[in-house]
Amino acid sequence: MKPFAYHQPDQIPDAAKLLTSIEDSKLVAGGMTLIPTLKQRLASPSALVDLSKLGNLKGITDDGATITIGAMTPHAVVAASKLVQTKIPGLAALASMIGDPAVRSRGTIGGSVANNDPAADYPAGVLGLGATVITSKREIAADEFFLGLFETALDPSEIVTAIRFPVPVKAGYAKFKAPASRYALVGVFVAKFADGVRVAVTGAGPGVFRVPPMEAALSGNFDPSAIAAIKIDTDGLTSDIHAEADYRAHLVTVMAKRAVEAALS
Amino acid sequence: MQISFTLNGRPTSVDVEPATLVAELLREQLHLTGTHIGCDTSQCGACVVHLNGLPVKSCTLLAPALDGATLLTIEGLTGDPGSNQMHPMQEAFRQHHGLQCGFCTPGMLMTAVALATEKPDLTEADVRHGLEGNICRCTGYQNIVISVMAGAAAMHAAKGE
Ligand SMILES: Cc1cc2nc3c(=O)[nH]c(=O)nc-3n(C[C@H](O)[C@H](O)[C@H](O)COP(=O)(O)OP(=O)(O)OC[C@H]3O[C@@H](n4cnc5c(N)ncnc54)[C@H](O)[C@@H]3O)c2cc1C
Ligand code: FES
Ligand code: FES
Repeated sequence: MKPFAYHQPDQIPDAAKLLTSIEDSKLVAGGMTLIPTLKQRLASPSALVDLSKLGNLKGITDDGATITIGAMTPHAVVAASKLVQTKIPGLAALASMIGDPAVRSRGTIGGSVANNDPAADYPAGVLGLGATVITSKREIAADEFFLGLFETALDPSEIVTAIRFPVPVKAGYAKFKAPASRYALVGVFVAKFADGVRVAVTGAGPGVFRVPPMEAALSGNFDPSAIAAIKIDTDGLTSDIHAEADYRAHLVTVMAKRAVEAALS
Repeated sequence: MQISFTLNGRPTSVDVEPATLVAELLREQLHLTGTHIGCDTSQCGACVVHLNGLPVKSCTLLAPALDGATLLTIEGLTGDPGSNQMHPMQEAFRQHHGLQCGFCTPGMLMTAVALATEKPDLTEADVRHGLEGNICRCTGYQNIVISVMAGAAAMHAAKGE
């Protein structure tokens, strides 16, 4: 790792100022993605701006029709939250499937969403539930937030402060884990709302995406059988050492059916 | 930068470069070599320690995160560094042949103790899910799982639960 300066601001505006005033500075949350990147020298920032001392970025609040999760809330806290387990059990289940206990102790929802790894779990939950990403500057709808491979709508000095999730009627998540990393080879989040169903897929392509034919079928009949015959086009899906595109396409339907089953159980 | 934390029950203050990993700090600066570095890429769990009671991979933790925190390493597991007394989880690994070469064992123990502390009535499925981040090249895991189940039971029996 190359040396860097370390800042631990306690106010969001101070953190934003450090980010804009120091060239090549980077935010660090749980460090579960950033530290491995630094160790491989894929990044060598001049300074890190640590978000852990900022007040109000940790914790989960119940706003009735929505729940809001602070950006610095670790995966383990979301997984164990009685509130999330009661209101959006599919989201608590998603958090409990990320990595391993040590990764879940440190890794945060804000870091995961800002990083937008194509195989990460939270982007599927955020897009599947049609959540809102709240930042130091504005609110961004999930449909406008994820822009493909590690790209988001965030500008370089923007800090994710929380994610607001609408409470669905039912929701479920199913993932086929890459056995070594436990990231999603394919993960599908399904959420049923009073006015329709959303289906979001992670792991299969260069970024999280929705599947309109499945959404339409499930809006008519929220049952795994409704989507069993829907095939995903392999165009644009990922082929790598873990799986070919046609296998990923196959897994999307299988995981979507399992996600619906999980939502119904 | 100067950081202060509680290490295995003792107040500790050290001067570190911010780019120091906790695993390096422990092994090279503080000479606590019980924490092992297996992969150095966040995969194997040989380096697991407890930060404020939670299991974390010390190879993927920057030293500044320790400031003001409480850190427990394998050396402090019995609460009495340097004693020959074993923690119930260590005793269970010994009894049930939960190790062969022993390289993964410090991390296995730290993860196992955290699991057993978080959930008193561990099932085999909980143990297997909970050990996903700890890799062992020797045992085939079967005896590790048996050891963790036995160690968890012994921990809770010792507490009178
Ligand atoms: C062994 C291992 C297994 C893993 N398995 C999985 C898995 O199965 N599924 C999965 O989804 N993930 C997995 N992860 C990744 C993990 O979930 C990370 O915690 C997560 O991707 C990033 O969160 P973080 O808090 O650690 O962010 P960091 O690593 O601290 O930061 C990641 C990036 O986001 C930026 N950032 C962080 N917080 C903010 C913010 N609030 N606002 C704006 N930018 C921000 C940082 O500048 C950095 O570029 C795994 C990681 C490891 C090491
Ligand atoms: S050395 Fe830390 S996870 Fe392998
Ligand atoms: S006992 Fe040898 S690696 Fe686990």
